[in-house]
Amino acid sequence: MHAFANPARFLKIARPATAWLLGLGLVLVAAGMAGGLLVTPPDYLQGDTVRILYIHVPAAWLGMAGWGAIAAASISQIVWRHPLAAIAGRAVAVPGATFAGLCLATGSIWGRPTWGTWWEWDGRLTSMLILFFLYLGYIGLAAAERERGGEGRMAALFGLVGAINLPIIHYSVLWWRTLHQGQSISISGGSSIAPELLWPLPLTMIGFTALFAAVALMRMRTELARNKLEARLRRSAAE
Amino acid sequence: MNQWSFVLAAYGVVIIATIVLLLASWRAMRDAEAAAEAVRR
Repeated sequence: MHAFANPARFLKIARPATAWLLGLGLVLVAAGMAGGLLVTPPDYLQGDTVRILYIHVPAAWLGMAGWGAIAAASISQIVWRHPLAAIAGRAVAVPGATFAGLCLATGSIWGRPTWGTWWEWDGRLTSMLILFFLYLGYIGLAAAERERGGEGRMAALFGLVGAINLPIIHYSVLWWRTLHQGQSISISGGSSIAPELLWPLPLTMIGFTALFAAVALMRMRTELARNKLEARLRRSAAE
Repeated sequence: MNQWSFVLAAYGVVIIATIVLLLASWRAMRDAEAAAEAVRR
């Protein structure tokens, strides 16, 4: 990790990686969405609303993975004082909040025709809504700390403490058996969804993950460029 | 309402939000890197 502590070395890798991730993400998301909308058959119970799965599941994964990345960046900042850790945490927060919000929105749109309601105070839905609010709190706290010229340690602590919500979201369907269905997809096999319905999901999962990573890299590059600009202006003012 | 209305609404929300997120991030990066480069010259 410390090999990338030098911003110049990081940028040397981040510049081509941004373009590659963008290209890969757009192709896979377009293919997965086209497959999910036009090729897969309707589900025998849910009908065509099952197609929302191909965008809802990646949004849920990225909403949670985003906070996982914030927690990892927070540890890296607090324990090893990695110079890019605070920048990485802030860069992930906005796309993470966006995908957590999209998870809630697509779940609500799916819930209306399937459950007969837009919202229910179910364990999974409520813990995901809390994650969305945690993101908003983190974004506000990190921005306020940065404005005051702080290192972002309060935001890092908040990011670490907020990670307690991740296992709560994951196990909520086991702990509180209310409306949201249990786990139906597993990486290690044993998914309860038919393969002819499932195949576009890996495409949208990998595609949206690549787009998320591209956005995070773009936001890191933005903050590094702004830091460089501020440093140069300060230096020229001092001369 | 037809099931397809819900499907298209969900896809529309995701596509629009993703495009806005990508464009806003790309524009902010382009402007910041151009400004940093302009000061160096």
